[in-house]
Amino acid sequence: MVYHLRVNRETTHLTTDVLIIGAGAAGMSAAIAAHDSGARVMLIDRSLIGRGGATVMAQMTVAAALGDEVADDWRCHFADTIKAGRGLCDEELASLVCEQAPAAIRQMDEWRIGWARHQDGRLRQAEAPGHDRPRCVYVDFLNTGPAVSRTLRTQVQRRPAIVRIGELSIVDLVIADGMACGAVGFSVTEGRTVTIAAKSVILCTGGLTRLYACNSASVNMGGDGYALGLRAGAELIDMEFVQFFPIGHLAPRMIGMDPIMWDPFRYKLGGQLLNAEGREFIGDYDRIEEGHYRATRDVATYAILKEVAAGRGSPHGGVYLSFRHVGADKLRAAFGPVIDRLQANGIDLTREPIEVAPIAHYHMGGLRVDAALETRIANLFAAGETVGGANGANRLSGNAISEALVFGTAAGLKAATRAHGQRGRAWSEVAAQETIALIGGGEMKRANPASLIARLQILMDERVGPLRSEAGLSIARAEIGAMKKEIGDTPPPVQSEFDSMRLDWFDLRNMLFVAESVVLAALARRESRGAHQREDHPDADSRWLVHQTIRLDNGRLVLDALARKHDAMWETAE
Amino acid sequence: MKRVATLIVRRGAPAEGVSWSRYDVAYEPGQSVLDALRRIRVDEDPTLAFRFSCINANACKECLMLVDGKVVYACTARLQSREMRLEPLPNKAHIRDLVTDIAPPDERLSNARNR
Repeated sequence: MVYHLRVNRETTHLTTDVLIIGAGAAGMSAAIAAHDSGARVMLIDRSLIGRGGATVMAQMTVAAALGDEVADDWRCHFADTIKAGRGLCDEELASLVCEQAPAAIRQMDEWRIGWARHQDGRLRQAEAPGHDRPRCVYVDFLNTGPAVSRTLRTQVQRRPAIVRIGELSIVDLVIADGMACGAVGFSVTEGRTVTIAAKSVILCTGGLTRLYACNSASVNMGGDGYALGLRAGAELIDMEFVQFFPIGHLAPRMIGMDPIMWDPFRYKLGGQLLNAEGREFIGDYDRIEEGHYRATRDVATYAILKEVAAGRGSPHGGVYLSFRHVGADKLRAAFGPVIDRLQANGIDLTREPIEVAPIAHYHMGGLRVDAALETRIANLFAAGETVGGANGANRLSGNAISEALVFGTAAGLKAATRAHGQRGRAWSEVAAQETIALIGGGEMKRANPASLIARLQILMDERVGPLRSEAGLSIARAEIGAMKKEIGDTPPPVQSEFDSMRLDWFDLRNMLFVAESVVLAALARRESRGAHQREDHPDADSRWLVHQTIRLDNGRLVLDALARKHDAMWETAE
Repeated sequence: MKRVATLIVRRGAPAEGVSWSRYDVAYEPGQSVLDALRRIRVDEDPTLAFRFSCINANACKECLMLVDGKVVYACTARLQSREMRLEPLPNKAHIRDLVTDIAPPDERLSNARNR
């Protein structure tokens, strides 16, 4: 293929007060909050605004102690969150989520999101696994994430001063004198380099589920924010804790549907999780479900994989989920048009069970921040899934959108305050130079970055999935090292507009770096806790009630142990 | 004999004139056209450009294209064991291969540059 080199080589320079990278629920909430505090805001995304990311994919529920369904208190939500986190939640961050979530849900209601309601006007709240009472609001049918996205997008659009730029991929942040002062990236469609001067920066790029072949995320969830933060000098925390969603769709083949859609089915209808013998098996590993849906994600994932390993799995390597006992009328009443979409895929829930298996879903780890969502680099903030620590070793169902809304708003307010103050650092062309050179340079490669991404995803599934061992993790570490050499230090040269190969190279650069962080932390943690299960160290060990942080030191990743801030609450929850 | 799906894909950018690439991919029942396109990039041709974000969930709505002359989502169009002709959307500005400019005008870099 011969390309005509018509790609624009000019650099565009833009200026703002608050730069927000990532336009999911966290990014859009941050943009609204920062704008309403009087700051100039720029909201950018490497995909189209509001289309990529995790929010739009969230079909499930949002946890908040509203007390609409039954009496509730945010402290009860907090206690459940801490308990699910297996002793490793950052309690300041977790309490921020639980205390502020009701206000965030009411705000979304005022913005007409369309939460499902009872006839008397109270919001409907479903009981999700790990919660002590019905606490999770939702939008029918399977429409929670798209509704959150659409509602926030409308609010952002009603604030025309917010500058929105899609298809802009950030390659690195610009740090001068230890302070964030902007970012450098390139336009995906045009190829041109873009520099952005900002008084504060908020990373809202979501998690790292794209590292895994079987995942429930969008293509832009390759851990960009973690890599950007690390290279900028911030620390990561709890990187070994990757949440697998236990009942991802496996078979029969289904298209045009989200693989995590079976969770809302279970909230409303119970359903039975069965092994090849037709027996409900979760009780062998945890408390008995009896047609209800109680087991937390870490427990359910572990139980399913153990059943498969014992030879009691389904034909495609998962287990069965059955709604045969529910009845056609009840199914139709609960999920309306979704039943027709299933039928178009040849799936009749009244006749056959479907097959489900764990898929990568969410990352508990992320950037280490203080209670104001700021990293150790001044003026660099994080929000949403990019933040590590709030969920400890296992996230409670329903807390992801809550944290995106709450952290987004809090970080937006703080970043705006910072931008008004004197503590800013002016744009530094010198500090930006290395990244500008990286984007502008390039050499022809033999390696196909799309193939390497696929190879990394299979490696992570096989060696760094929910069940881990020193041997498997060591193989993963060596393989990641080899792949780093294969992609080299420079991208393929700019050849065309919408240059997918180049985009893949920059994605892979971040993905390998983040994968290495997960492996490093997982190797060091010689115990099993929450989402991190070591076959060679199968028990939890109280000496491991510590966090692990990761920083970059002279090009190498360095792991440190970090004591918990609190332990009283966890001990009570036990 | 292994069954094959053949994708005939419109390539290049507006200034380059029309060219076509032909890809034979193993046909597996139940797969989507998007599955086949993603596999082509991994196994054969990483330069092939098309839009997608959510991977088969039909949530992002980015993978609209012409398949055999009809506007469809590549993620919900079933792959078939025959020749299928893929082209970019006809009513949007063409960028390259199957990619068109579907971004809202006020969310483009050019708009931010002019503010």
